[in-house]
Amino acid sequence: MTEADSRYEPERRRPLGGDTIYRWLTAGFGLLVLAILGLMLFEMAQGSLPSLAKSGWSFISGKDWDAVQGNFGALPFIFGSVVSAVLAILVATPLSVATALFITEIAPKKVGGVIASLVELLAAIPSVIYGLWGVLVMAPWLQQSVQPWLIDHLGFLPFFSGAPFGASRMAGVLIQAIMIIPIITAICREVLLAVPQSQREAAVALGATKWEMIRIAVLPYGRSGVLGAVILGLGRAIGETMAVTMVIGNSPLISMSLLSPAYTMPSVIANEFAEATNALHSAALMEIGLILLFVTLAVNVLARVMIWSVTRGAKGGVA
Amino acid sequence: MRSITLRNWQNHAATAMMLLGTVAVLVPLALVFFHILRMGFSSLSLDFFTNIPKPTGESGGGMANGLLGSAIMITLSACIGLPIGILGAVYLTEFGGGKLANTIRFSADVLAGVPSIITGMVAYTLLVVPMKGFSALAGAVALALIMIPIVLRTTEEQLKMVPGTLREASLALGVPLWRTSLQVMLKTATKGIVTGVLLAIARIAGETAPLLFTALGNQFWSRKLTEPMAALPLQIFSFAIAPYEDWHKLAWAGALVLVVVMFTLNIGARLMGRSARQS
Repeated sequence: MTEADSRYEPERRRPLGGDTIYRWLTAGFGLLVLAILGLMLFEMAQGSLPSLAKSGWSFISGKDWDAVQGNFGALPFIFGSVVSAVLAILVATPLSVATALFITEIAPKKVGGVIASLVELLAAIPSVIYGLWGVLVMAPWLQQSVQPWLIDHLGFLPFFSGAPFGASRMAGVLIQAIMIIPIITAICREVLLAVPQSQREAAVALGATKWEMIRIAVLPYGRSGVLGAVILGLGRAIGETMAVTMVIGNSPLISMSLLSPAYTMPSVIANEFAEATNALHSAALMEIGLILLFVTLAVNVLARVMIWSVTRGAKGGVA
Repeated sequence: MRSITLRNWQNHAATAMMLLGTVAVLVPLALVFFHILRMGFSSLSLDFFTNIPKPTGESGGGMANGLLGSAIMITLSACIGLPIGILGAVYLTEFGGGKLANTIRFSADVLAGVPSIITGMVAYTLLVVPMKGFSALAGAVALALIMIPIVLRTTEEQLKMVPGTLREASLALGVPLWRTSLQVMLKTATKGIVTGVLLAIARIAGETAPLLFTALGNQFWSRKLTEPMAALPLQIFSFAIAPYEDWHKLAWAGALVLVVVMFTLNIGARLMGRSARQS
């Protein structure tokens, strides 16, 4: 036996050492995560097959949702989810970006830190508590004060027509906005912190005021990250269940009015799935879940890629 | 070139807008807190912690069964979720250079973005349908599905922060990789990992949607894991939307307790995280 051979001897004698076992064991647990995602997609798809077979494309375009008759058209829920989520984003984005800018660019470091952790607290409050507050405090306030005023002064617009329901699309939008603001703000803050200091210094050296510095140097640099944060917020808003279910009124109407009750995809699942009247009904709810799943997956992937593109280059220079 | 007065004025206006935006964000926070504290304290009593809900029309009662149910399901889901999350993270740090590891990372991120009501539906088809009944077990599995990606990603981050020299020193002394990983890497990162775990528990403690059609809720004490079980968030939900003043009071008391639990966990996690960074 040569010396070179003996050097590899231990390897040969232990084909199944502790390290190999450890590697496969941990890999197994890692693979479980992959398996869970696969299983999730599979179960949701399989569960909605009966509904897919029966309704086909008319599922998305049908307006009639009647479990007893066996008619399942999901348009009111899709419409409700899209409109509420988009409106919530329109409310939340300017406020979140303003807060993130205030924290990173304007406020003294200590004050900014305090506000940042307060915003983080907001994110930690469970959905059901926002819902409780929304249904017992905010909705009655909207019904008694805000909505009558809107009807009196802006009632000629289709958005503010009809009777003042407290539990309405408006309540749903506001609660969604309150809930996604912390997430958007937190990510915007991260993105803005990742903007290199040299960018700011360059702008200031050219004589820019603070606002001009933000506009010329900070925001353009972080643009795609901020956009990513907003899209991530959109994903959250679409998937938000409890708080929205509690305040939106749960009525499958397709109405322009912000004052009328509405419905969303997660809400109809939350309300009807446990008591689905027949197999087709639960399959239809599964299909709504499947649509919801695909939409949130797409939105999340898009958002991650955009946020990545900014924060990944955080430590690098100008590029 | 615009005049400096105009530019200064613009600067002030923009600053004011940002300040205003921040205030607008903080006002709802203050309001939510104000109402939870005021309504919660005025309706919280010892009964809340010792009694189960009274039938409709009778005043008093508590959410003791919900508290116990939540504790049981959280413990169970931690037993399911923590090994998967932590050992999965070990794989990603120790052997995670390849395509498989990146796929796992990606699917964990994707999983974290799945609406929690979907995890409830999946647990329903996986457990409630075959077992022919709503159960605490299904609830725990639904919660574990939410917990796993959070634990996986935070643990991986913590393990990455352990200095490479520690690992090299251990390996150089002839300690096998698996013992290095368990006794050096995981041990060094313990505090950070516990931080992540506490945050994950705080997150699932308030989850309601995944329990709606898994644990279902229960008006009474539940004894078995194979039966429907009460949970605090579920009770807050059903009491809040019920049309009875007494039940609303109980819901506020429940909200106060839940918020206190969440904040204790969050603050505990942050203190833990801070001391981990210092050591």
